Amino acid sequence: MPQLNVNGQTREVDVPDDMPLLWVLRDELGMTGSKFGCGMALCGACTMHLDGAPVRSCVTPVSAAAGRAISTIEGMASDRVGQVVQDAWIENNVAQCGYCQAGQIMTAVGLLKTTPAPTEEQIDGAMGGNICRCGTYPRIRAAILQAADRLAQGDE
Amino acid sequence: MSTTVQLSRRRFLQSSLGALTLAVTAGGLVTIVRAADADSKKYGADSMPGGTVDDPLVFVSIAADGTVTIVAHRAEMGTGVRTSLPMVVADEMEASWDRVQVVQAEANEARYGNQNVDGSRSMRHFLMPMRRAGAAARQMLEAAAAARWSVSVSEVKAVRHEVVHQSSGRRLGYGELAADAARQPVPGTEQLKLKARADYRYIGKNQVRLVDLEAIGKGQATYGMDMRLPGMVYAVVARPPVVGGKLRRFDSEKALAVPGVLKVVEIPAFQGAPAFQPLGGVAVVARNTWAAIKGREALEIEWDDGPNGGYDSADFRKTLAEASRATGKTIRDNGDTLSVWNGAAETERFAAEYYIPHLAHASMEPPVATVQIKEGRAEVWTSVQNPEAARTAVATRLKLKPEDVKVNVLLLGGGFGRKSKPDYVDEAAIVARAMPEGTPVKLVWTREDDIHHDYLHTVSAERLEAVIDKTGKVRSWLHRSAAPTIGSLFAEGAKGQQLFESAMSAINMPYQIPNVRVETAEVAAHARIGWFRSVANIPHAFAAQCFIAELAHRAGKDHRQFALDLIGPARQIDPGDMADTWNYTESPERYPYDTGRLRGVIEAACQGAKWGRELPKGHGLGLAFCYSFMSYTATVVEVAVDEKGQVRVLAVDMAMDCGPQINPERIRAQMEGGAVMGLSLALTSEITFEKGRVKQSNFHDYQVLRHNASPRVIRTHLVNDDHDLPPGGVGEPPVPPVAPALCNAIFAATGKRVRSLPVGTVA
Ligand code: FES
Ligand code: FES
Repeated sequence: MPQLNVNGQTREVDVPDDMPLLWVLRDELGMTGSKFGCGMALCGACTMHLDGAPVRSCVTPVSAAAGRAISTIEGMASDRVGQVVQDAWIENNVAQCGYCQAGQIMTAVGLLKTTPAPTEEQIDGAMGGNICRCGTYPRIRAAILQAADRLAQGDE
Repeated sequence: MSTTVQLSRRRFLQSSLGALTLAVTAGGLVTIVRAADADSKKYGADSMPGGTVDDPLVFVSIAADGTVTIVAHRAEMGTGVRTSLPMVVADEMEASWDRVQVVQAEANEARYGNQNVDGSRSMRHFLMPMRRAGAAARQMLEAAAAARWSVSVSEVKAVRHEVVHQSSGRRLGYGELAADAARQPVPGTEQLKLKARADYRYIGKNQVRLVDLEAIGKGQATYGMDMRLPGMVYAVVARPPVVGGKLRRFDSEKALAVPGVLKVVEIPAFQGAPAFQPLGGVAVVARNTWAAIKGREALEIEWDDGPNGGYDSADFRKTLAEASRATGKTIRDNGDTLSVWNGAAETERFAAEYYIPHLAHASMEPPVATVQIKEGRAEVWTSVQNPEAARTAVATRLKLKPEDVKVNVLLLGGGFGRKSKPDYVDEAAIVARAMPEGTPVKLVWTREDDIHHDYLHTVSAERLEAVIDKTGKVRSWLHRSAAPTIGSLFAEGAKGQQLFESAMSAINMPYQIPNVRVETAEVAAHARIGWFRSVANIPHAFAAQCFIAELAHRAGKDHRQFALDLIGPARQIDPGDMADTWNYTESPERYPYDTGRLRGVIEAACQGAKWGRELPKGHGLGLAFCYSFMSYTATVVEVAVDEKGQVRVLAVDMAMDCGPQINPERIRAQMEGGAVMGLSLALTSEITFEKGRVKQSNFHDYQVLRHNASPRVIRTHLVNDDHDLPPGGVGEPPVPPVAPALCNAIFAATGKRVRSLPVGTVA
């Protein structure tokens, strides 16, 4: 019976070891902020962080997450970078249908944590795994650049 | 607008339909139209089920604390309609947006008017009803205040959530007036005082963000996929891999042995034409989605493929190409195209053939629905474009009265036309019926299900022939389109495009060419064909817009100038003067084809892209334009093509004239999104069949544009903003010009003509 640490809280679940983290959180723990888009690590809608690094939770077995820090979109409001990114997403009116955006934000936060001042190419590289069928890419790019600026100012 | 309109009164949908015909609107309605009934044809919203409702008591309520609650009666799939329509009400009623709360209506067209978000109609049909509802609410508040103060209503005025008595300065908040206002008679339409444009606070002002914006960013917005209820179970379905296939036998023993699997339920195959019926198959019900998916993998099933088991895209492409070379059914005929062609010298004749494959919608949220049946009633929570159709499907399936079915509309994670078909809701109802009474069932489609079993965009071969003389004058134009029809969804074996499909950018085109003929070929459908964002405009505009660029090149003329010359001077054309055609259900008097507006967007897009500028080697600019859903769009794409034939889109300039711009910021979002979706279908997306089965399954082989391939620059140019014009559509019109603009740009960059999509690399 794995114990999970989700956004700083300990949660007990009774699921098979190979069940993907995404479905554990969505169906068993009722945390539906992370989305199902492909189930094959192809779209990024399900992106969470494991010990701070973005992973595709649809292909991450729950057993691989036990004992590690899982953070999800629901936890981003209390994350310094997460908060700045969420604000930039609002200011740039990024979302259309919005379904992909939790995953986009999680990947962007992951990017900015390792690469505080990303180049256009680094944005392409990091975000290439996140599909937005509504086509919000130009605004996502603008929001990431704005968040990077804000974070740099805050650090000064 | 100064041009006088001389419109003939030619009736639409008349003789060409014959005595008794199946007419399918892009909204998915199937109606039997008798030619004799054409005289009583209604236009616009009046022709839609439910029509429009503008009763403020239906849409607006005010709490004692002043909170104004406005009903969004149409589903949100990413266009912003759940924000923009309530915003219109709030503006007219002088409600402060920060004190407005939006609630989503359940399915009930009798109460709210038409709710089908399809066909780019939300603003087109509901701008005025929502303005009237808001104005009526405002006037009721003013009347209540005037009565309270015993003054004439002409002395009071609603301003920002209060009514003010102008001479005394007394004021009452909307909350204080709410109860009295609700008892005021609802003013009749003729008594309404709509705001002047100068008095708008929100319309056209970009002051209002999406009502769900913050919740989306925090992962708190509830999509159909996110529905949860106590005791809920989860289902996935194994469907026949071939459309029209049936279950021969299945063994569920191993599936039932998968931990968490609760039950296996057979879904009956559809009868007759597919329409909105489930495909059939076997549902696996489990404690969670994962267990259901594992259970499905363990099913042993034998299928009978049925009549479409031989469907093969490579073969069918040949069938379509042949059909496009043979005489088809003439649906527009001006002058004498054939004799001009036959009499022309070989050097004056030009023909080209284009191909556009099947496309899948692939909204990021796959189809999903939750159904619970209890005490003779059913409740549904789902993401659907057409809630009333979902209600009808469930009521029919469960033999309930529609009023005993409640459909709650959650956010859609994209729709693009797919989610106007409620087959997945019907599936969920079938499974819920098989479970113990009261068990909520969430039926989930995986991405593979979505790609395999979509209502696909059609596949088409388009042939164009023109006679162009030495001076560059186009003397004749033939456009022959061969594509399975959406009509086949509703009438078994239907062949040849329906009028509404042919109208889109094939019949309805304004070029000043003396001899014009448009034909549709009779080809059968072997898949479920549905409408995909901008529908038949995609193939028709792709072919026609590439062809015009090719003609310009032959004539040795600048494409932009050649196109403007072909369109001719600014004038308003009754599409009914082109042929007996379809005008997106709108009246030709209200919505003539306005070539001045078309010219306007071409000029704006070219100006934005600095058309004609010097470009580095391997770079090119391409132009295309389109009139669709009562709006005018033009796109200029800039590409760079390297030695390996890799295409990189550097910039897109898109201009649109949709008449009055109600929420310009969201219009631009739709244009940007349309540019990306248009580039996806142009560059990488293709669905193909082998042995009746869709070969692609997920985003690795059905590819859509990603960040790295998306242009870094998308400039949107909104032109006209004429509030005296009736509104045009916004969601769909951005898509059609993108693919042809791209291919025209590739030609400019390389001299190579791409006539078949997707482009892939340029050989
Ligand atoms: S759902 Fe995990 S990457 Fe798509
Ligand atoms: S906003 Fe709809 S998929 Fe990204």
